[in-house]
Amino acid sequence: MAAPAPSRSTAEATLARQFAALKALAATPGRAAAFARFAASGLPTRRIEAWHYTDLRAAMTDAAPLAPAPDGAAIEAARALLAAHDKIGVARLVTVNGRFAPELGDAPPDGAAVAGREARATEARDAMASLVEAMSPDSLTVEIAAGAEIAGPIEIVHLAVGEGAFSLYSWTEIALGAGARATVVETFLGATPAVQRHAATTVRLARGGWLKHVAAIGDEAELHLESQLIDLEAEAELNAFGFVSGGALNRRQIFARLAGADAKIALGGLALIEGTRRADTTLEVVHVAPRGFSREFYRAIVADEAVGVFQGKIMVAPGAQKTDGAMKSQAVLLSPQAQMNAKPELEIFADDVICGHGATVASIDPEMIFYLQSRGIPKEEAEAMLLDAFGAEAIAKVDDDALAEGLRARLAAWLAGRNLRTEANA
Amino acid sequence: MLEVKDLHVSIHGKTILDGLSLAVKPGEVAAIMGPNGSGKSTLSYVIAGKPGYEVTSGEVLLDGENLLDLPADERARKGVFLAFQYPIEIPGVATMTFLKASLNAQRRGRGEADLTTPEFMRRVREASQRLKVDQEMLRRPLNVGFSGGEKKRIEILQMTLLNPRFAVLDETDSGLDIDALRIVSEGVNALRDPTRGFLVITHYQRLLDHIKPDVVHVMAKGRIVASGGPELALELEKNGYRDYAVEAA
Ligand SMILES: Nc1ncnc2c1ncn2[C@@H]1O[C@H](COP(=O)(O)OP(=O)(O)OP(=O)(O)O)[C@@H](O)[C@H]1O
Ligand SMILES: [Mg+2]
Repeated sequence: MAAPAPSRSTAEATLARQFAALKALAATPGRAAAFARFAASGLPTRRIEAWHYTDLRAAMTDAAPLAPAPDGAAIEAARALLAAHDKIGVARLVTVNGRFAPELGDAPPDGAAVAGREARATEARDAMASLVEAMSPDSLTVEIAAGAEIAGPIEIVHLAVGEGAFSLYSWTEIALGAGARATVVETFLGATPAVQRHAATTVRLARGGWLKHVAAIGDEAELHLESQLIDLEAEAELNAFGFVSGGALNRRQIFARLAGADAKIALGGLALIEGTRRADTTLEVVHVAPRGFSREFYRAIVADEAVGVFQGKIMVAPGAQKTDGAMKSQAVLLSPQAQMNAKPELEIFADDVICGHGATVASIDPEMIFYLQSRGIPKEEAEAMLLDAFGAEAIAKVDDDALAEGLRARLAAWLAGRNLRTEANA
Repeated sequence: MLEVKDLHVSIHGKTILDGLSLAVKPGEVAAIMGPNGSGKSTLSYVIAGKPGYEVTSGEVLLDGENLLDLPADERARKGVFLAFQYPIEIPGVATMTFLKASLNAQRRGRGEADLTTPEFMRRVREASQRLKVDQEMLRRPLNVGFSGGEKKRIEILQMTLLNPRFAVLDETDSGLDIDALRIVSEGVNALRDPTRGFLVITHYQRLLDHIKPDVVHVMAKGRIVASGGPELALELEKNGYRDYAVEAA
């Protein structure tokens, strides 16, 4: 029985107006259905379990105007952003404000096909994923042919370009054919504190497909809401890592379904959260078929008055015998005001499974600091060394030296920035 | 060079050092022996600058300068070194990375340039050969999974590289096998010189067979209760602490 619908918030009303104004899109049955799913529940509040620690309805006072299709000036601004960003991998694909911009990127490598086209309907149950499905002006699809092996990472750079407040919706599809192997990095760049970003990526691996995926979010968006909708067929293997630093409110939600037998998934992440930022990672890993294997390993460093959230749920359906699942969340708090809310959960409906979870929240061990200091290392440097090690252990789960090195450089930059601020305040 | 004057230290309101006085001259090796719980490690931590101890009165001077107001890292840069009784494990920090950071932090403290990597490697290689430390171990996270004896060897390796002016060795002999005891002692003896001082805390004469002390102090209940020459250690070995009106724990 549906609860009585609360009166629409300002943001919800704006979103409804914005969708209706997208005339052609709004008339598409799939988009209309997606918007209807969003509208039925509205912006999530803490009454919804998966959003318990992030009350989006309260946080999102209004929806910013939709970013227009990029004009010449926006494309030039995009070029400038790209020029300042080190190239990763064998091919770069670019979206600008949610629209695929082939002229800014490379040709796809052999075995990969790229298209901007109407997104496939997912019937995502999550309101915010549904909203992206409804509102995204375009979609970028990266398809890896069955049996193809891509020589190096494909990087998708999602750029936010423009002056003032705007919102953008981006929809990305990554699909691997049977036995295909690829590495895809999604880098989110350019958002200022006036940008609301709504992103969704679907990841579909056919039988025996193998994908390494890294998402790196390091810009300053007011709102970064990102959903990953993952589907693994038999014997498929996914290693996905999320690196988060920056942004006022960051929410990454990952819905993974191990639909085929013997599928494997490793999810990992590192969140660096300071100031008054909030970063929320919420996962739902559903084992549907036998002998699935899942590992989730998330770390967070939370400083100042920042708030970290980790919610992870491993669900094992009745038919998913011999599932092997383990989930871990570890956080270091750097100040008495810093907060970490960690809630790992198991829901198991099969009897022959091995599943476990654990969560720790700690401060930096003063014994370790003293040991390092006793060798002459100043306290701030000692702390940075320990935090660097803590973060690096999470990054190591990426299991790719070049990609890990890039993320470690981001970690080092974040730590250096923190020390500079501490010195400035001293 | 090191003077501890009438030091009173408590932790959580419990008195641990109770008017301890002690002086180590340049070039001297002073040994401290004393029953478990008498406050030996506490003294070494207070000298090194571990937070959490309440110094209610007294002074710790290095060459006349009061150390007690300085944080641990500054003391280290002034030449204080503590070889820990229980070295701390630091996950994720490679021993080599740590050694380099320590060495360079001390050099920067003295206004010197960082060591070049080849020069650093040369020093590490030389010291680890002398102390029979496997170079492979230095790639592992500091002390993580090291055996008790390996940890102690790494402490002395650090001391050798950092070249302190005053070193406290807190039960460095515990956990060492017979050969390691000799190797580590040789490492300490190699550093003995007229400008450097050592405070060697131990329970056993066997260490003092290798590192010959100039002075032996007996510590009980947070203070020095007797001092003498090397013969004092031999006497303790025979009679225990009963002559000092304290029971060995
Ligand atoms: N953090 C602490 N909190 C409470 N008591 C402490 C603490 N640290 C040390 N003590 C107490 O202080 C006393 C002295 O301890 P300390 O470790 O200095 O002894 P020690 O002489 O080094 O002993 P050992 O020979 O066993 O190494 C002991 O009774 C110990 O329990
Ligand atoms: Mg002790």
